[in-house]
Amino acid sequence: MGDGTGVAYFDGVKKLAINWFKYSAPTTFYGLAGKMIPWFAVSAAILLAIGLYIGFAVAPADYQQGEFYRIIFIHVPASILSMFLYLILAGYAALGLIFNTRLSAMMASAIAPTGALFAFISLWTGALWGKPMWGAWWVWDARLTSELILLFLYLGFIALHASIDDPRRADRASALLAIVGSVNVPIIYFSVQWWNTLHQGSTIKFSGTSMHVAMQQAMFITLAACWLYAIAVVLARVRSIILERERNTTWIAELPEVKG
Amino acid sequence: MSSLDIWMRENPLAYVWLGSYAVAFLVFAIEIAMVRHKRKITLQQVRLIREAEGEEE
Amino acid sequence: MKKSSLTGLVMLVIRRDLLLAMRRRADVLTTLIFFVMVVSLFPLGVGPEMDILRKMAAGVLWVAALLSSMLSLGRLFSADYLDGTLEQMMLAPQSLSMLVLGKIAAHWIVSGVPLVLMAPVLGVQFDMPAQALGVLIIGLLLGTPILSMIGAIGAALTLGLRGGGVLLSLLVLPLCIPVLIFGTGAVGAVSTGLSAVSHLSLLGALLMLALVSTPWVTAQALRISME
Repeated sequence: MGDGTGVAYFDGVKKLAINWFKYSAPTTFYGLAGKMIPWFAVSAAILLAIGLYIGFAVAPADYQQGEFYRIIFIHVPASILSMFLYLILAGYAALGLIFNTRLSAMMASAIAPTGALFAFISLWTGALWGKPMWGAWWVWDARLTSELILLFLYLGFIALHASIDDPRRADRASALLAIVGSVNVPIIYFSVQWWNTLHQGSTIKFSGTSMHVAMQQAMFITLAACWLYAIAVVLARVRSIILERERNTTWIAELPEVKG
Repeated sequence: MSSLDIWMRENPLAYVWLGSYAVAFLVFAIEIAMVRHKRKITLQQVRLIREAEGEEE
Repeated sequence: MKKSSLTGLVMLVIRRDLLLAMRRRADVLTTLIFFVMVVSLFPLGVGPEMDILRKMAAGVLWVAALLSSMLSLGRLFSADYLDGTLEQMMLAPQSLSMLVLGKIAAHWIVSGVPLVLMAPVLGVQFDMPAQALGVLIIGLLLGTPILSMIGAIGAALTLGLRGGGVLLSLLVLPLCIPVLIFGTGAVGAVSTGLSAVSHLSLLGALLMLALVSTPWVTAQALRISME
């Protein structure tokens, strides 16, 4: 059957990859991540300040939405990040499952909380935008609904990972769930879109045909800031996970922060 | 129109800041605090394990 | 391996699981009773106005079917896991995917088919017109196997975990949303005078997709859980 050959193939790839990934990656990555985190964090803070300054001081008020549109400088980056982070999470999960690399599984579980929080921010700010625009906190708009389902997918991943005690099984089971989820995401998105057009729901549309240049600049800068923030937080979280998982190895014992 | 609606329309910027940005920053702050706490706890655990092993030897 | 022996294998697993299910008829009945109860609670909660009830009938029946199919999923692999049969199956030379497919089919016959048969009776309670009822039944016939198949992945992943039942629903329900949307959408289309063919064919496409992929994914999930 196809099963047999597939497994044999995976085993072959595993043997090739195992030494290279399994022993070197977390060791070097731990130090590298530690050096990079402050840079990412500081540049995220600076970019966020610049982006918000442009967004609030330079960009004009929208002639239809007034000042309320200024929510997009956090809403849009949060939505974009929550979606991309899920794809990245699923990518790491697939890598971990196929090549049996421990670091990718750790990355996947480090990304999940950040992605879930961005999904939450996106929903929250979306609701706050909806109130002045539609007069209701929640409208079953296709994008809001998809975002809610995405949050459920994140929560499922986190819950499954948390409820399995054996870390290896937890990694592999939640990785499989993430892959199944990411295959489902386009189907879910399409079906929600379909459902929404059937019920003639309203969609957030930007009033003018083109956004003001300063609005676009502010949005891209805050988007970059959110990316950098997410990378910094994920790296910080993955360092703790590495420490926890590798605590019995000698290289951990020789780290200055453990010795001191 | 509820009083919140009226207030919202009179103070749109306050609404945007308090409602969206304050909440988003709060979420970021909580996340950062959680990550730092996790790091502290894990380091403590690892040190404890090392000390226990050191005593055995 | 010959094709006839593969289908024979699937049939064997189905027959075995059906036999086991017949010995524990109460389990099958509880799922069905749960379905009937949830559906009957809605008019009590919403009020007896027939116009509202007719509008929401398809949604109520579908959501109730979704929930009651979650209930029985926990049993899909747990009995075989506890008495060691599952381990034997994994060591067997036959393809695990095929064995899983057999188990899913048996699960659908035990927990899905009764819901489909019960649905017209409940639909009448909501005063659904005959045409909408027909589409609802076809939709359920196409959709409930998908629920069993997606649910099997969740059941395999949560095998032997504490509080597996709630966790299982948390994992599986979001993945079932497209089935819910197309199933209820088909009924909605018919009752507004449109054709339900596109919804039903999308549902059929989902069924094919699930049929091809989920047994293999479930087999992988079982391997992960049994390591």
